[in-house]
Formats: sequence, structure tokens, C-alpha cells
Amino acid sequence: MPVPDIDARTLSIVNDLKGLEGPLLPILHEIQAEFGYVPEDCLPIIARELNLSRAEVHGVVTFYHDYRRHPAGRHVLKLCRAEACQSMGSDRLAEKVKALLGIDFHETTGDGAVTLEPVYCLGLCSTAPAAMLDGEVHGRLDDDAIADLVAEARR
Amino acid sequence: MTVTIFVPRDAAALAVGADKVAAAIEKEIAARGVDARIVRNGSRGMLWLEPLVEVRADHGRIAYGPVRPSDVASLFDAGFLEGGAHPLCHGQTHDIPFYASQTRLTFSRCGVTDPLSLDDYRQYRGLTGLEKAISMAPAEIVKEVTDSGLRGRGGAGFPTGIKWKTVMDAAGPQKYIVCNADEGDSATFADRMIMEGDPFVLIEGMAIAGIATGATKGYVYIRSEYPHAIAVMDEAVRIARQEKILGASVLGSAYAFDMEVRSGAGAYVCGEETSLLNSLEGRRGIVRAKPPLPALQGFLGRPTVVNNVMSLASVPVILDRGAGFYRDFGMGRSRGTIPIQIAGNVKHGGLYEVAFGLTLGEIVEKIGGGTASGRPVKAVQVGGPLGAYFPVSMFDTPFDYEAFAARDGLIGHAGITVFDDTVDMLKQARFAMEFCAIESCGKCTPCRIGSTRGVETADKIARGIEPEKNKVLLADLCNTMKFGSLCALGGFTPYPVMSAMTHFPEDFSPAPVVEAAE
Repeated sequence: MPVPDIDARTLSIVNDLKGLEGPLLPILHEIQAEFGYVPEDCLPIIARELNLSRAEVHGVVTFYHDYRRHPAGRHVLKLCRAEACQSMGSDRLAEKVKALLGIDFHETTGDGAVTLEPVYCLGLCSTAPAAMLDGEVHGRLDDDAIADLVAEARR
Repeated sequence: MTVTIFVPRDAAALAVGADKVAAAIEKEIAARGVDARIVRNGSRGMLWLEPLVEVRADHGRIAYGPVRPSDVASLFDAGFLEGGAHPLCHGQTHDIPFYASQTRLTFSRCGVTDPLSLDDYRQYRGLTGLEKAISMAPAEIVKEVTDSGLRGRGGAGFPTGIKWKTVMDAAGPQKYIVCNADEGDSATFADRMIMEGDPFVLIEGMAIAGIATGATKGYVYIRSEYPHAIAVMDEAVRIARQEKILGASVLGSAYAFDMEVRSGAGAYVCGEETSLLNSLEGRRGIVRAKPPLPALQGFLGRPTVVNNVMSLASVPVILDRGAGFYRDFGMGRSRGTIPIQIAGNVKHGGLYEVAFGLTLGEIVEKIGGGTASGRPVKAVQVGGPLGAYFPVSMFDTPFDYEAFAARDGLIGHAGITVFDDTVDMLKQARFAMEFCAIESCGKCTPCRIGSTRGVETADKIARGIEPEKNKVLLADLCNTMKFGSLCALGGFTPYPVMSAMTHFPEDFSPAPVVEAAE
């Protein structure tokens, strides 16, 4: 069942942005900012308004790592897994975080508090290992700092 | 007189507590009732010293770092507002050897100014390049950039002036400048730093590119992993438009140029120019076959300059100081300066802008100071996840596009990741394949299938299953990917894999535990 509010907000977002050249990504970003994910019900509306097929919109949503099909946890913890962070022990740190949270990458804790995601480079390669919690960046992480971060996210 | 205290707002400084330090300083200013103000500047690039707090004293700017919030009271007690002595004091910022030995052309203002102050920007020769460009014919601007020897700083090293000429000569009702700010390579952060620390230089470079080629619209496509850079660029574009640097009449001239900031959506392959264009158009970021070149049929099928942030940010100084000035730096066909990003397990990590030609060993040992862990260096990856791993025995390689290519490496976006002797090179080779498998756009078979098979093959080698046969297979996969892939993701993944196998064979011969277990 389509939710009326989703329909109305989607239409409003699409109307605000469809004058841009190449409006689809800005629209999807805005929808995710609004709802916390890209609800399935938005796709036919976007397709209709942009004169695209639903398959095309579906293809774009599923291509990019950023777009969620379901709501995330209350906090999103992204751990950098790229080479510079690896050289400073990020693999070991990742194992520690997984153990602390009891989940693997791409999963959310049972209480809905934290979603854990891998990220490949935050541009903090000289202050590695690095992570991002709800858009805030953290560098030079060690066992204590990452435990604090996990505790902060669990709240 | 009001004392000025600088606390960086660069993301790397924020990641190690710059906001908390700024708050502690603010509190101390209020409590002590002193006449001081805080400016949030960009980073000087000495990232091991971040948060690097500076105080402007009569005789220059004095550096203190790395400052923790708990250090702030003692800094005030030591009289740091007058540049007083303290264990964290490094003397004049300009005299710190890492900083003093650089040639800062593109990064001359980064860390010096308030990133969003146009007054600061103008005071340090900002907009003089654009002012010159306005007084020149487009063909003269293109010639200046060509003569400077500037090559694309994004990795491919294609001459910037030649790309601009192609767009200038192309016919079309609308042309575009697209700035590739999808800096996804590990160990690279120069684009992020310039966007956060000196955004107007990129806007100025794009406006010059627009005037030179007849493009009136520009886009900066910034990866979503850089929210701070996106916010600063957005604000800088707004200010530039308000101050008539952008718009219908650039600096009061007959030229129109405006631009927009766009955010990526988490896809490494969108750093490839044709994928980026598809993404900007609102499609899946799938690679386009070339030809047609983006210079002729780019964004929305129209003539488009696609340049990296560093290339565009290097243009204002070239116009300001002249092609000859820029060309005189460097070696061989690698002209000008290159912002080297020193990262990973290294003592002095940061951004180091210098003319081409230093050796890899000088960069790692002398400037970087060796490993942070204090253990011996084992491998250095140059050029991001698609770059080769170099052993210490190749530290004599000069930093130059051709010299690196001659040794089966690449400079790429000039990122350097240092690894100590605890690194397992088979694991790194496997990771390169895994990364390619995760990020492949899927359009071409060598990249899509080859990377997944590469992971499996590396795993077999690690488990001791027919290692000799599987090493041959891995090399064969690399060969297919290198020559059969549509773009650099599949085409360059063999560099880290093959270099790891070639230079660190011992890591590819683990003890055979489960020989032929299948």
C-alpha cells in the first residue's frame, strides 16, 4: 500500500529538482535525506515524472552504494578498509568493532542502534586508521578510541 | 591589538579533535578576558602535527601541535598568544623543515587563509589569473596552459592544454567544464584539502577553463565520502556568485560562467571520466567506450572538459605567473609541481608539494621520516589502489610519470602508502582483486569476472592449493584484465597484484598445508 505522505513528499522533491541537468542523483539524495532510505514507493513516481522506465530508476538506485532500500540503524558507523588504513591495522580494528557490536559489515544491531558499513577511503589517510560516525570523522583510532566510538554509537 | 589564532577546519584536523581544541581555546579566551579571535583555516598539510594551532605574532605565525584540548590551558599559561615557548611549540610554521622545503604553487594559500574569505583570497594573489584570462583571447589562454606543460593530475597525465584545445575547437550550442572531484584512491587527499582549504582557487580555475573553451557551465562532482568538502565548495560557489565572480558577467567581463556542486553516491568507478559523466547525467556509473572523446561528446553529449581538481586548481597560478614560470619546475616531460600525499604507516604523513624529480626513497625516508611503527619499510604503494607496490630496492625511482611507467608503476594522483614489514603482500594482492570486484561497474568481462576469479585464485595460493599453477593463472588473469578492460579499474588492478607477486615472491609461497585438498 503506498503511503500518501511518501507520495506527496516524493512528488514535491521531484518537482523542486527536475529542472536540473541530470536530476536523478540529486533527487535520490534528497529522498534519502528525507526518509532515511529510498522507499520502493518513490520509484514509480520518479520514473513517471522524469519520463524514465521504472527499470532505469531501479538500476540507478541499486548501482550506488549510498542508497539504502531499508532504513538504517539510528547511527551509522563507517570504518575505512582501504590500504592506508590497512597499513595502520584497520583490519584488526574492524574485527574488534564487529565483536563489540556482534554484527558484520552491512548489518544493523538487533536493537536498531548501529549500522556498520565499510568505506573505501575517507581521505584521512595520514591520520589512519579512520572512521565516520553519522558524518563526523575520527582518525588515529586505537583500541580505546574505537571502543569509545562504539559506546557512543550504542547510545 | 586582537591576536589571531588559527585552528584548522580541514577534515583530517577535525578527525583528530580540532573542533574540541577550538572550543577549549574559545573558553580560555573568555575566561581570561584576552583580546583574541579564532580563524578556522585549512590545513598546512603537516598532518602528523594536527591539530596544528598557529598564533599570529609580530614576527610571523608560530606553530603548536599536535594540540589536545587538555593542552590549551598550559599553552595560555606559557604565553602562546605572544608565541611563547612550550613543549608543543615548533617555532615559525614556515621554518618547519617539512614545510620549508616545499614548492607550494597550487597549495600556496592552503592553511594560510580563511578558506571562505574572499579578502584573504585576493590578498594572496587570488583572482589575478582570472583577471589576466579575461584580457586574453581564448586561444592565448589555451596556449599558455599548453606551454606550461601541465598534465592531468588525476592520474592519466594527459596534457591539459591539448584537451582544452579540442573543446575550444569543437562546435556546439553548449559546452561544459566538469571537475572530477571523485578522489577515491586510498592515500590521496589533495583534492579534499584544496576544496576544504582554498575552494576559490578551484572556482577560479574552472572559470578560466570556461572562458578558454567557450563553456558557460561547470559542475564539480564530489564524492559523498567528503561531506566537509561538499559543504565548503557549496558555500564558496554561493559567495563567488554573489560577488560576481560567477554568473552572467565574470568579473564584469563579457564572459558568462556559472557552476554547481554535485554529490556522488558511493561508487569508486565514477572517478573514471566517462562513468562520472553518466553518473552526472543521472545514470548508472557505467564506463562509456571511447571514442567519442568526452571533449567532443561529453556531458549530455556536448563538448566537455573533464579535469581533475588538481589540474584545474593549478591553472590560476599558471595564468598569473606565466607558462614559463610553471614549466621551469620539474624534470623531463613532467613539468611543474606535484602535491605528493604521504600516508599510511609513516612518521610524517601529510601533503608535500614539490617539483617532480625527488626519488621515492627521499620522499619516504627523508620527508616522511620512515614508518610510524618504527619497523623497517617493506613496501610502498604509489598511485592508490590501482598503483604498484614498490620494494625498498626500487627507492631510487624518481618521481616522474615516465620513470614510474618504466618500472611498471604509475604516479596516479600521487598518493603514497607506506607499509612496514608486518604486511602480507599476498593479502594485499587479494585485496586489490576484491576491491575491483566490489567496485567494478560490470560493463566489461575482464574486470567483472576477472576480479572475482582473482580473489578465488589468491585464496587458493594462500591455502597452498597448487600454488605454482595458480600463480600462473593469477598472472594470466592480470594480463587479460590489463589489456582487455574498458577502463583503468580493470586495466590497472593488475599493477598492485603483479608488483606484489614480482617483488615479494616469498609472500606467495606459504607453507603447503592443504595441498590439493579439493
